[in-house]
Amino acid sequence: MIHSLFLVNSSGDIFLEKHWKSVVSRSVCDYFFEAQERASEPENVPPVIPTPHHYLISVLRHRIYFVAVIQSEVPPLFVIEFLHRVVDTFQDYFGVCTEAAIKDNVVVVYELLEEMLDNGFPLATESNILKELIKPPTILRTVVNTITGSTNVGEQLPTGQLSVVPWRRTGVKYTNNEAYFDVVEEIDAIIDKSGSTITAEIQGVIDACVKLTGMPDLTLSFMNPRLLDDVSFHPCVRFKRWEAERILSFIPPDGNFRLLSYHVSCQNLVAIPVYVKHNITFREGSSQGRFELTLGPKQTMGKGLEAVLISSQLPRGVLNTNLNPSQGTYNFDPVTKLLSWDVGKINPQKLPSLKGSMSLQAGASKPDENPTINIQFKIQQSALSG
Amino acid sequence: KYECFLLKNSDGFVPTEQDPEKLLSTTDIHDDLKEMLDSNKDSLKLEAMKRIVAMIARGKNASDLFPAVVKNVACKNIEVKKLVYVYLVRYAEEQQDLALLSISTFQRGLKDPNQLIRASALRVLSSIRVTIIVPIMMLAIKEAASDMSPYVRKTAAHAIPKLYSLDPEQKDCLIEVIEKLLADKTTLVAGSVVMAFEEVCPERIDLIHKNYRKLCNLLIDVEEWGQVVIINMLTRYARTQFLNPNMNVSTAGPHILYKEEKEKKKTEATAIVRRKPYVMDPDHRLLLRNTKPLLQSRNAAVVMAVAQLYFHLAPKAEVGVIAKALVRLMRSHSEVQYVVLQNVATMSIKRRGMFEPYLKSFYIRSTDPTQIKVLKLEVLTNLANETNISTILREFQTYIKSNDKDFVAATIQAIGRCATNIGEVRDTCLNGLVQLLSNRDELVVAESVVVIKKLLQMQPEQHSDIIKHMAKLTDNIQVPMARASILWLIGEYCEHVPKIAPDVLRKMAKTFTNEEDIVKLQIINLAAKLYLTNSKQTKLLTQYVLNLAKYDQNYDIRDRARFIRQLIVPTDKSGALSKYAKKLFLALKPAPVLESPFKDRDHFQLGSLSHLLNAKAGGYQVLPDWPEAAPDPSVRNVEVPEWTKCSSREKRKEKKADKPFYSDSEGESGPTESADSASDTASGSESGSGSEESGSGSESEESNEESESASEEDEEEEGKKKKKNVEKIKARKPVPESVQMFATICKPAWLNMQFLLNPLPVSVPQTIVPSGNLKTYELLHRITGEGLSVEYCFSRQPFSPDPHMVAVKIQFTNSATSEAKSLHVEDAKLQSGMRIKEFPEIEVLPAGETVSVVMGIDFCDSTQAANFQLCTHTRKFFVSIQPPVGELMMPIFMTENEFKKEQGQLMGMNEITEKLTLEEKCQGEHAIVQRVTTAANLSRVPCGSDKEFAGKTVTSGSLVLVSVVTKENGAAQLTVNCEKMVIGTMLVKDILQALTQ
Repeated sequence: MIHSLFLVNSSGDIFLEKHWKSVVSRSVCDYFFEAQERASEPENVPPVIPTPHHYLISVLRHRIYFVAVIQSEVPPLFVIEFLHRVVDTFQDYFGVCTEAAIKDNVVVVYELLEEMLDNGFPLATESNILKELIKPPTILRTVVNTITGSTNVGEQLPTGQLSVVPWRRTGVKYTNNEAYFDVVEEIDAIIDKSGSTITAEIQGVIDACVKLTGMPDLTLSFMNPRLLDDVSFHPCVRFKRWEAERILSFIPPDGNFRLLSYHVSCQNLVAIPVYVKHNITFREGSSQGRFELTLGPKQTMGKGLEAVLISSQLPRGVLNTNLNPSQGTYNFDPVTKLLSWDVGKINPQKLPSLKGSMSLQAGASKPDENPTINIQFKIQQSALSG
Repeated sequence: KYECFLLKNSDGFVPTEQDPEKLLSTTDIHDDLKEMLDSNKDSLKLEAMKRIVAMIARGKNASDLFPAVVKNVACKNIEVKKLVYVYLVRYAEEQQDLALLSISTFQRGLKDPNQLIRASALRVLSSIRVTIIVPIMMLAIKEAASDMSPYVRKTAAHAIPKLYSLDPEQKDCLIEVIEKLLADKTTLVAGSVVMAFEEVCPERIDLIHKNYRKLCNLLIDVEEWGQVVIINMLTRYARTQFLNPNMNVSTAGPHILYKEEKEKKKTEATAIVRRKPYVMDPDHRLLLRNTKPLLQSRNAAVVMAVAQLYFHLAPKAEVGVIAKALVRLMRSHSEVQYVVLQNVATMSIKRRGMFEPYLKSFYIRSTDPTQIKVLKLEVLTNLANETNISTILREFQTYIKSNDKDFVAATIQAIGRCATNIGEVRDTCLNGLVQLLSNRDELVVAESVVVIKKLLQMQPEQHSDIIKHMAKLTDNIQVPMARASILWLIGEYCEHVPKIAPDVLRKMAKTFTNEEDIVKLQIINLAAKLYLTNSKQTKLLTQYVLNLAKYDQNYDIRDRARFIRQLIVPTDKSGALSKYAKKLFLALKPAPVLESPFKDRDHFQLGSLSHLLNAKAGGYQVLPDWPEAAPDPSVRNVEVPEWTKCSSREKRKEKKADKPFYSDSEGESGPTESADSASDTASGSESGSGSEESGSGSESEESNEESESASEEDEEEEGKKKKKNVEKIKARKPVPESVQMFATICKPAWLNMQFLLNPLPVSVPQTIVPSGNLKTYELLHRITGEGLSVEYCFSRQPFSPDPHMVAVKIQFTNSATSEAKSLHVEDAKLQSGMRIKEFPEIEVLPAGETVSVVMGIDFCDSTQAANFQLCTHTRKFFVSIQPPVGELMMPIFMTENEFKKEQGQLMGMNEITEKLTLEEKCQGEHAIVQRVTTAANLSRVPCGSDKEFAGKTVTSGSLVLVSVVTKENGAAQLTVNCEKMVIGTMLVKDILQALTQ
């Protein structure tokens, strides 16, 4: 199973190492650095790298590579999933998972890693159990600790590890019992240049924040469960009940968690609530190109489009842009050739647009393809699945 | 902040401070850490440990601090303790001898009433990679495997692979433990023990039979990581035990080559004739049914494990269910996508229909990393067929315009593969590719050339115009692979382009010296072919090229030139081969088959590392082929012992309560009755510990409560609570085997170090024989001994032949009428580690006489009895000597200050305090001293204000410190400090008795 873990930052320094079995020299990471050099982009480093004696499985999150060293056969997803769980835990503990945060909390990080794996096999990965063992550092607690000399390590023993519902602490008490459920639906679509939808998918998640006393057993039923095409659950949900009655029955963890994620089965009926009119041309021979974008809402059921963000990777030949947004701010990075335009809210009366010219490299031939435009947006209080 | 500053300071993190530090040696830097560790303040210790752990985290060597750190292993502060554990596990392997110092702490932890402390002690103990403690680990694991608490048993399962990697010779013993733990019916243990099984003895598939149904039924309640391991193991198991569910169904899809299909049909036809209709084993069905809901897990590894199980085990019609779940994983992190796509690529070759409905999910997004794009292309290519090829090709056309050149190259190859696989679109693809030849990007052109070359080989006659077009490209294109491809094409089909070919050769001859090696080889090839077909025009050119090649730097090229010259240019000596030169060079070559790199990868278990790398990884277990005939399914039946069947109703009830309360399998009955009864029988099958086990649910709750209070006790020393704790310990078995074991194995090393680190005051062996008579015990009664009666007492004299032995004085009295002859000891049956020094044989003991002898016994600091036979010339008597705990020690001399200091070091778990009320008669100082010294072989610390006694255990030399503090009204407090907790506890009990009665 997992032999060792190395944390590597974007400049290629190993800033943390942890071994669960005998020590593996950090020179094993040289193979990783080689692969990193070969890859053009940071995310193109292959997740699995074989070396003569070990296998390196790595995950890139927050510009940190988490490199696990494996010595023998193990399902790669097992390791990858675990590494992501580690990152999630760090994020949960420190708010952010950056190199600085890890370095500042190196002892807590080490204690966490020690508890999460035993001899390379996952032992406690539920955040509830971990928080009982090692309390997350907060400003208040840091101050108190410096004064009183007390510790971050939990005083009581993690009884949660023994329970049949390991995700829930025992003896939870609240004066106000409340439970919140957020339904977030995302639409992923590819649209060709004439505006027709090539593929569009809706996925959703239900995130819950449950603050209830004792051991509550909840059920949640849906008006139209047939709409949910494919679901995956938090381990607390009883599978059989869902299969038989299409009812979610569960004992919730305490605090925030993702109850389920689902996929909506309406393959071709997805209406994209936004449209983009574009006119991007490069003229042969001249060193100028025209750039024009207009956005507009479409079938939003009266809800406003918010936090609209447009980004586009312009061709290499573009030297600079001279554009004029009707609202929001735009930014062009001449090194990476990445254009981004933060539009903000769309007002249906006055459609936002971005117009102007691009200067091209003199003498270079005209780029043969128009750039891809990525658009991100949010609509509050609206469910795409209907 | 402070910590951070120190960190930087001590390790030269800040460059400006580096120089002065380099002047100091590392030991100097660590001196302040050592000082902090030696201090009494926990906060300083903690600070030091934090800095040390930070050093370890950054890969700095902190091994020279080992002795200073290990001293704190019994520190009361939990965080310090945990950090010491971290340090210990990291460096124990390098500092084996010193690491032994810490072992006893963990051994003590193993006996703790709190299950969590037992578990963590075992966890750390087993992580210390020191070969010498292998027997201790083995014992600890064995004991923990039969612990009441499932959590401790889980930890035992975790410890098994650790021990195995440390000492593979323990395999047989470990398999026994695994076998035992496999029978465990709690979800907590299942995952961990299967993991141990996979690491230690994956070949012992027979161990699974009896537990198969139970594992299937428990699966859904096991934690997610355990699920992955169990599912993978069960896949392998099922492949050995069940029949192929697809054996009657044609597995050949339309994409499988005709020949293969024919062969398959033939074998299947015979198979159908031979076999009776297939009926799925109910156990096989059970596995498929119980794993299916796990496709909905949030854990990608679990989903993948189920998917591979279905792919390898399910009937063809049912495999489809996994597609949806796998497609769902495509929305996860890119690393997950990478692995899933690799597996989908393999599956999509065998089971194309499965993923066709999800074709659009594999469309490439501009934000995907290149490696994901390439894999998606692979899947799209595998999914292409006559109906969807047009949409796929349209997508590909968009991809070709991408900025990402590697991706474009992969797309062109994908188009080539589609063209070879689907005849209808070959011309369309070829035209598209030819258009790409005018692309401005050279890489695109080059890749197209290579793919076109492969396509043209299939039907060259119709495409001489394309070849002409490509010939023109030689002027512009620079990529060596592409140039080489064009030259090969022209040479191969020079008959189709008779006018152009010599001209190309002419141009190439000009630039020959500047070409890359592969291009040069192809130029030679082209020259040779043209010489054979059109020697009039090209004879001189060929000579010229061969001459150039003769002096090339590369020996391959020189060799090739020499070889070709011999073959094609007719000379007097030219051999038989040159006649066939034309046949050799211009033979019809088979068209290359463009096939997926993922073809046939499914002989590796999907989802495994080996599959991903397409190479066998270390420790990979080959997925066996289906058996021809199913092995006996009855091996999985679990017999129901009679007594469980008629067990009382109460017991049933208990069992119900004990069932995993989250289990969903309850309402559902098994495939047959046997499966349903499997869970019941599994609980009953542990007949030995059955009653204990079945109540474990309620018991563990109980111990939970206890554990909470126990942990508080560590901090607060409230006598009342303590009492409860002590009583609990008393209730346990008096002498734990493991303690004993340790004492013998590590004795020499242990002792030396003891002296090294805790310099004991050199004790003058000064024996204070209590003024009262020595208590005598009967060894052999007069009647059973047929007139010979034997008594013994502990003389409390040092046993001179061996200082580690307790001297036992034995008195023989012959009250019979005849004399007894040759009295001696024989056939000692001793616990491991114990030793006996026999007394010299008594030749004659006349009637009515009494004789005393002294023998030495090394009890290994335990109160286990020494059993041996006492022989006379006529008879043998089995006798045993059991020492009171007070006799296992010998007095040492100590000043009061030394006493206090030593007492200060034996705090925490090593200290036992008891309140008592003294009996009226013994309230005087003298009486107390006398009673204590009678109960235990200790010496009083002189001039002490309190009544303090010191001694050490005979075998291991561990300190034993006793103090009695008297208060008003006969109240008193007794404190015993001893490294060996068991001895301490028993001693408290004995002294308590002596003082109160």
